[in-house]
Amino acid sequence: MDKDINIKIKVWRQDGPKVKGRFETYELKNISQGSSFLEMLDILNEQLINEGGSPVVFDHDCREGICGMCSLYINGHPHGPDEDITTCQLHMRKFKEGETITIEPWRSAGFPVIKDLMVDRSAYDKIIQAGGYVSVNTGGTPDANSILIPYEDAEMAMDAAACVGCGACAATCKNGSAMLFVSAKVSQFALLPQGRPEAARRAKAMVAKMEELGFGNCTNTGACEVECPKSISITNIARLNREYLCAKFKD
Amino acid sequence: MTQIDNKKIDSKIPQGTLEGKWTNYKDHQKLVNPANKRRLDVIVVGTGLAGASAAASLGEMGFNVLNFCIQDSPRRAHSIAAQGGINAAKNYPNDGDSVYRLFYDTIKGGDYRAREANVYRLAEVANEIIDQCVAQGVPFARDYGGLLDNRSFGGAQVSRTFYARGQTGQQLLLGAYSSLSRAVHKKQVKLFTRREMLDLVMIDGRARGILVRNLVTGEIERYAAHAVVIATGGYGNTFFLSTNAMTSNGSAAWQCYKKGAMFANPCMTQIHPTCIPVHGEFQSKLTLMSESLRNDGRIWVPKKLEDAVAIREGKLRPTDIKEENRDYYLERRYPAFGNLVPRDVASRAAKERCDAGYGVGNTGLAVYLDFADAIQRLGKDVVEARYGNLFQMYEKIVDDNPYQTPMMIYPAIHYTMGGVWVDYELMTSIPGCFCIGEANFSDHGANRLGASALMQGLADGYFVLPYTIQNYLSDQINVPRFKTDAPEFEQAEKEINDRVERLMNIKGTHSVDYIHKKLGHIMWDFVGMGRDAEGLKKAIADIKELKKEFWSDLRIPGDKDKLNVELEKALRLADFIEIGELMAHDALDREESCGGHFRLEYQTPDGEALRNDEKFAYVSCWEYQGEDKDPMMAKEPLDYEFVVRQQRNYKA
Repeated sequence: MDKDINIKIKVWRQDGPKVKGRFETYELKNISQGSSFLEMLDILNEQLINEGGSPVVFDHDCREGICGMCSLYINGHPHGPDEDITTCQLHMRKFKEGETITIEPWRSAGFPVIKDLMVDRSAYDKIIQAGGYVSVNTGGTPDANSILIPYEDAEMAMDAAACVGCGACAATCKNGSAMLFVSAKVSQFALLPQGRPEAARRAKAMVAKMEELGFGNCTNTGACEVECPKSISITNIARLNREYLCAKFKD
Repeated sequence: MTQIDNKKIDSKIPQGTLEGKWTNYKDHQKLVNPANKRRLDVIVVGTGLAGASAAASLGEMGFNVLNFCIQDSPRRAHSIAAQGGINAAKNYPNDGDSVYRLFYDTIKGGDYRAREANVYRLAEVANEIIDQCVAQGVPFARDYGGLLDNRSFGGAQVSRTFYARGQTGQQLLLGAYSSLSRAVHKKQVKLFTRREMLDLVMIDGRARGILVRNLVTGEIERYAAHAVVIATGGYGNTFFLSTNAMTSNGSAAWQCYKKGAMFANPCMTQIHPTCIPVHGEFQSKLTLMSESLRNDGRIWVPKKLEDAVAIREGKLRPTDIKEENRDYYLERRYPAFGNLVPRDVASRAAKERCDAGYGVGNTGLAVYLDFADAIQRLGKDVVEARYGNLFQMYEKIVDDNPYQTPMMIYPAIHYTMGGVWVDYELMTSIPGCFCIGEANFSDHGANRLGASALMQGLADGYFVLPYTIQNYLSDQINVPRFKTDAPEFEQAEKEINDRVERLMNIKGTHSVDYIHKKLGHIMWDFVGMGRDAEGLKKAIADIKELKKEFWSDLRIPGDKDKLNVELEKALRLADFIEIGELMAHDALDREESCGGHFRLEYQTPDGEALRNDEKFAYVSCWEYQGEDKDPMMAKEPLDYEFVVRQQRNYKA
């Protein structure tokens, strides 16, 4: 059964991108374990506003685990201690009475801090813009059922397409690599007949952009797969490597 | 009493047969040639299904597009959270579907309060949407032969819903986002993220630009264009608790209203029957469980009052209630459609049972959605394959396993059918200002059917607006680009700065959320699922009081010209308060029940909505009259040429 608990929040505060940050600790009383982690932060902010302080800035939007807007390193894990969820789906029943919870922003060269816990993830958009699409204009497309796609291929493509672009993979990687993110998009299209004509060009362009933006290399530690809220598999990275090497050999 | 403006409203419906209108329009509309397209700028505000698809399509065509979004990336717009699917009349399952049937179901589902011509066009272009999305690489569900699979949704007796697991909105939005990203790469679209529209700028009576607040720097920025497209979604968050995302708001639409655009059918809101029930005062939003669950889940409450009481007190579990003591009330009341009645009908039926004392959960405001039969019939694996992600989502929130005990659900605010009035060309009553997707009022009448929001958003963005906007822009080819130092921009920015200054200087005692929650309670209690004249009058009075409290007792910490989340929320809440009041006015004026608008005074003896076609077969189009003045209403009559209005019947 859910109870009310008292906790301490040790949270990263940073006024701007180039300013030195620090941890601040706040106490919260009678937090229902039935509330979500972000509702707990709402309560903290309400408390800070009422005390004349400044609320903690954090990114969030849909609060149902699909928009990818929320982030947060909680007790050393992206999206916190629970599995297969984003921070907004984390509930306070995962924490105990008297616990001190440490909250940090994504820490990665590719994601500079904007303020407090909010980071700039526009690098991921730039990688998609480099080639994460099928080049098709609006209109004049063939009947949807004229393209047959084997069930397993459609399912595997969907597994890869489930990525929410939150950035946990790069944030958790000791090399700051965005390979899981890039490979998920490359795989989705590589597995589908619609994506094949541009497969080689896509893999090269997206990897080049990722490197240009300062993300590191993949050394197969697998941390990204463990922390991914959508369980995107690192077999996608293997597929990306295959696509990339084949493309390079053809050059 | 509402003041009536007797002006005649021109909705620009083309001549011809129902089937021929859209073709007729396209055959005769004016176009813009490629060289001239490059000289024309179009602003698109919003990157949801409607905004992203419109921006990408207009960019591909050669217009110079400026696209704005409130989040850090266009991929995060709230369309992403749509779960169940998208309708189209492909008739792939060979179950008798047709464009006409999709049109008819949508008109009937909307309780005959939508325009025939718009809805037919929607049904007509729906098939092209599926083709478009498949070409983009959207991984729709398929069967073992490699063909596309379909499922059923409420209000239809055919299977016409295409889906990608429980994440259809995500996959369709990522499809539109990928096209948008390609257009950005090709420099056809310029993208501006973390920007929020604060005003529409008019020059000589036409929409010519917008002001936005850069949410990172706090600066006010000016952008000019030949036309402005609003695609900013609905105003469901007026209720504080809804299934909308936290930043979803009605402000851009409201700014257009205050600049002279009519606001249509504001009282038409959709309450979704299958949401996870409220659990406490600290709750920040409600989570939807897809309508698709009603394909296999059966909704029930205990038949005996004493069982319901025992469950609420924790003395009985739902699995303790024997089959003969369960009331599958939707199957009982609506044998023909059963658990798949439309959303408004299912929501009201749940409220009726809970109000009568049969509700479950510790609050008594919940009903069961039970998969035991489905698991027995299909096996757990099949149920998991169909709904696994939804079951997981439920378990994480409620800490209960829906494979073993039935889910608990209750209705919640989900969608707004009302919105900015648009004509057949999707242009508002301000020349050059267009409105698409949920932000407009056009296609769903008094109730939207499941899997039709995605259809409408993409229809507007891919296949309707890119045509119709040219009919306007063809006159603009000789108009030079606008400069943002024009006096109209100066004036608009001054007004915004004054408003922000006024908000920052209140220096009261309460947070934005504190006042927003109060608004939410007023809305839910009096402008929610069941409304009556007395309650609506009280709501209007209470909202006026709350508005005073807001403008005298609000506290916003921080600086106006820096990142300031509380200031963002305050600007939105100032508008929500006014939107809430207009919703109550509209609900009070509409003395009938139709779709999502249920007036307790107007119901049939067995509790169904009682429409009044003689008096209320019109779109109520509200016109702003100035601060603290009551708005006027003009009426757009809904003269049906092709469909005969009937009482909606889902019983037989």
